[in-house]
Amino acid sequence: MQTLMSHLRPITARLSPGRAVVAAMLIGPVVGALLAFGAVAAQEANVVTIDNFTFAPPELTVAVGTTVKWVNHDDIPHNIINKDKVFRSKALDTDDSYSFTFASAGTFDYFCGLHPHMQGKIIVK
Amino acid sequence: MAKTGPDDQDKGLGRREVLECMVWAGTGVLWTITGGVPHSVGLIGEAAAAEPATGFTFLQMSDSHIGFDKAANPDALGTLREAVAKVKAMPTKPAFIIHTGDITHLSKPAEFDNADKVFSETGLQMHWVPGEHDIIDEDRGKAYLDRYGKGSKGAGWYSYDDHGVHFIGLVNVVDLKGGGLGNLGAEQLAWLEADLKGKSNSTPIVVFSHIPLYVLYKEWGWGTEDGQRALDMLKRFGSVTVLNGHIHQLAQKVEGNMTFHTALSTAFPQPVPGTAPSPGPMLVPADQLRSKLGLSTVTVAQGNKPLAFVDNTLAG
Repeated sequence: MQTLMSHLRPITARLSPGRAVVAAMLIGPVVGALLAFGAVAAQEANVVTIDNFTFAPPELTVAVGTTVKWVNHDDIPHNIINKDKVFRSKALDTDDSYSFTFASAGTFDYFCGLHPHMQGKIIVK
Repeated sequence: MAKTGPDDQDKGLGRREVLECMVWAGTGVLWTITGGVPHSVGLIGEAAAAEPATGFTFLQMSDSHIGFDKAANPDALGTLREAVAKVKAMPTKPAFIIHTGDITHLSKPAEFDNADKVFSETGLQMHWVPGEHDIIDEDRGKAYLDRYGKGSKGAGWYSYDDHGVHFIGLVNVVDLKGGGLGNLGAEQLAWLEADLKGKSNSTPIVVFSHIPLYVLYKEWGWGTEDGQRALDMLKRFGSVTVLNGHIHQLAQKVEGNMTFHTALSTAFPQPVPGTAPSPGPMLVPADQLRSKLGLSTVTVAQGNKPLAFVDNTLAG
């Protein structure tokens, strides 16, 4: 992706501002699609990422004994709190992570204790 | 209104009008209280000209986020210093500063130390309430209470009286529930009810918390789940001013005798609700940062004066 962007910059730099906008509009969807593809490809197994105050994936199904890792990519700290108090992380600063191993089956709803509108779910089978 | 004195009756309508007179400034919002009614006196830096001969002033500052060093503002301590320099340069000394939370970014001792050091330069008394960033130490709020909790109840709520005004600091960032908003909780609401009992309806009230007490934008969690219960208890009072921080942008509304307003951050701006995928630090060009920290100011004048919009920069 870095390579792609470095190719794009000189192209837009040569264009007048108006043409650069048109170019960006044409290229935008292509870049967007590539970014989306990259995000899917980069999705690690059993990892929940936090971007823009959102847990992704919001719902994750794993086998008993699996360790799930949460990684915060926001510039704001978040934490992970299970509604039934089975697990609770400390505050995660930018790029900090928290891992919890699910020893038993069940549905584990969790939220961010700083921003409780952020919610997610781990289903352990 | 029971127990309303002749003076209060005369000023009954004026009180509501006077509450609409508000001033916003990035470094803080300057209020003055004359005859027990808060109203604004002008921009920081212009306060002396507008201030009445009697009464007193106080400042609201918010969301210092000391320790924040990301792209949206790599030097949150530096911009707090700039704000404090403005306060120190004010020709009329305010009575005290109310800080509406998020003093620090991560509740670290060094962050609290740095904030205390800079705020102490004002030489002014401080009244604090915690933001959610101030209670994320290992002991979930002990660091905050050890420093600022003296004389407070529960997670740090309290009230005090000054110049005939009853000030109430509420904590709505503790024990938040999944899917919910800010939270006051039954214990704090019971305390508030007892605190207000016996207070005359003509007592001016200033209540402050970190998260807005009303629901400003539910999708981003900008509101307090049980905040309306607190507001209902305050409805009988003739003058209620409700201050908060948390959203790092100006917001204001007037409902009957209640005036709500939000102070700007001294650290970084956040997006206008619904204009971004999420809240959080908003990156703006470096030369625009200080204007987002409140250097653009809107003055809403009372009575028949026109609205005054003033663009003012810390740099300029």
